[in-house]
Amino acid sequence: MIRISDLEFTYREGTFRLRIPHLEIPEGSTSAFVGPSGSGKTTLLNLIAGIVLPKKGIVEMDGVEVSAMGDAQRRDYRITHIGLVFQEFELLEYLTVLDNILLPYRINTSLVLDREVQARATALAEQVGIADKLTRYPKKLSQGERQRVAVCRAVLPQPIMLLADEPTGNLDPVNKWRVLDILFDYAERSGTTLVAVTHDHEVLERFQRVLDFKDFQEYEDGEVPDPGAGRDIGDEAGAGGEVAGSGESGSMAP
Amino acid sequence: MRHTFYLAWRYLAYHRFKTAILVTAITLIFYLPTGLRVLVEQSSEQLTARAVATPLVVGAKGSPLELVLNTLYFRADYPTPMRHEQVTRVQESGLAQAIPMYVRFHSQGYPIVGTGFDYFAYRGLRVVEGRQIATLGECLVGARVAASLGVGPGDAIISSPESVFDIAGVYPLKMPIAGVLAFADSPDDDAIFVDVKTAWVIEGLGHGHMDMTTNEAQPGVLAVEEGNVVANASVMMYNEITPDNIDSYHFHGDLSDFPVTAVLIVPPDHRSSTLLQGRYQRAEDVAQIVRPAGVMDELLETILTVQRFVVAGAVILGLATLASASLVFMLSLRLRRREIETLFKIGGSRASVGLVMASEIIFVIAGGVALAALLTLVTQQFGAVVIRALIRM
Repeated sequence: MIRISDLEFTYREGTFRLRIPHLEIPEGSTSAFVGPSGSGKTTLLNLIAGIVLPKKGIVEMDGVEVSAMGDAQRRDYRITHIGLVFQEFELLEYLTVLDNILLPYRINTSLVLDREVQARATALAEQVGIADKLTRYPKKLSQGERQRVAVCRAVLPQPIMLLADEPTGNLDPVNKWRVLDILFDYAERSGTTLVAVTHDHEVLERFQRVLDFKDFQEYEDGEVPDPGAGRDIGDEAGAGGEVAGSGESGSMAP
Repeated sequence: MRHTFYLAWRYLAYHRFKTAILVTAITLIFYLPTGLRVLVEQSSEQLTARAVATPLVVGAKGSPLELVLNTLYFRADYPTPMRHEQVTRVQESGLAQAIPMYVRFHSQGYPIVGTGFDYFAYRGLRVVEGRQIATLGECLVGARVAASLGVGPGDAIISSPESVFDIAGVYPLKMPIAGVLAFADSPDDDAIFVDVKTAWVIEGLGHGHMDMTTNEAQPGVLAVEEGNVVANASVMMYNEITPDNIDSYHFHGDLSDFPVTAVLIVPPDHRSSTLLQGRYQRAEDVAQIVRPAGVMDELLETILTVQRFVVAGAVILGLATLASASLVFMLSLRLRRREIETLFKIGGSRASVGLVMASEIIFVIAGGVALAALLTLVTQQFGAVVIRALIRM
């Protein structure tokens, strides 16, 4: 369960401001953040992951206040509990596919790389259809293959939450569905919470919940509409989950 | 640390061209001053070793350096010759052994050293093939001459004219090779040794020709004056000394007037050396006595002064290279900012990511230093050989 309360965030420079009075994302649910560019979707992912800290407010995950942790603690927490998938894949060009998948285990001592992990990495690669490309470098892979490598890297440490920032933004339709299948299959099998930022409305029906950041926009007269509980699709998986702030309403000002 | 080093190694291996350039730059930074220093030290040792082993040299007044380089290393223009009586002068002093040296002529680029038998004993040279010189006209060749020209006992070497226009002076002399000297790792390996009298024959001070009393020679006789026969150019002059014509060889004039370029002096003790040096202090003396070690020390002083400039230049070059390498590292970090951000985002610890970047720099520097050390070691091992080759050139 992700719980956000009285969150307020601004960057050091610029006029961007994000305010979320209350937000809960249930454990094991799949949620999509949609909305116009610059509305704060990626920023919210970064806040949940503890990559950036709110100016005020609380970000909690499974009862642990991520926003209260120190830098080192947040990194350790992130690498052991959260898997990140990026639009641009962010693979390291000088590492082979296998080394890219194993990367989290080489950059933080909170994870221990052993034979079991290596075997799991190979098995994951096999599941997503890149087992025969383990010794290749990213440059020699297609876009779809790269994103599959990135997904393997994200799920290898068996995180409790997957945060994907436009994971299909750079993929053709065939690869788009394939990568989504992999993400949803993994989330379903492992009970991992999946939160994805997307601009692609075609894929929204796959998510149990959709949070439209447009609903948070402040009107010129200062009135803030109540976005309600977001739009639940397929409510059976996450009944009762409050996606967006209700009583106090969420608001976001440019 | 194992994983940190692994990632750093993978990065360097993947960008091997860039890595090679950086390692080369670091290698040069460290190798240039150290390698140069080693080379200069070895050059000094090489140059002084033979000079130290040669206590004194007497030669005509002039450049001591030229005298030493010619007498010890068979290099430089041949110094002004002096009369052979200077050899006798030392011998008659009873203070030292005197070995005549006449280093003037060449054969196929190799110096022909006219000397006495004592020279070989003095330098510790021994014959490994053939035998010692036994008669006028024979020669011994150094190990490198034999190897380079592919000659040995039974072959012959022909002296080269000093100048193609020297049609009236030095005639080529064909000299049978009596033996080959053992490799001595010294300038002796690159020399052809003859008796000093053979050198005089090459110069034309001694010669052999057909017997002028025979009927065959009569058409060439122009006049007979007080026992001296004056003949024209049809008289056959020998250009090779053989058992058949050796008796016809003779020298015109007083041998004590004949030229030598130097006398190697081997005093038995320090006292004799000092006494002998004292005898050459008169200003009107036509000869000078020099201590080769002292002459070479002066030369090395000059070389060391030059070395300081070169090392200073190398240090400046090194600093410039270091600055360039640092710039490359900084630009590389800037180019990799996104990669570093990704590592941070997925949870890479600050220490691990920092260590990966630092390890790469450490690997490059360590690689450069190791390579520089290896090159310095190689220079130490083989520098002397290179220097000797350069000295011979």
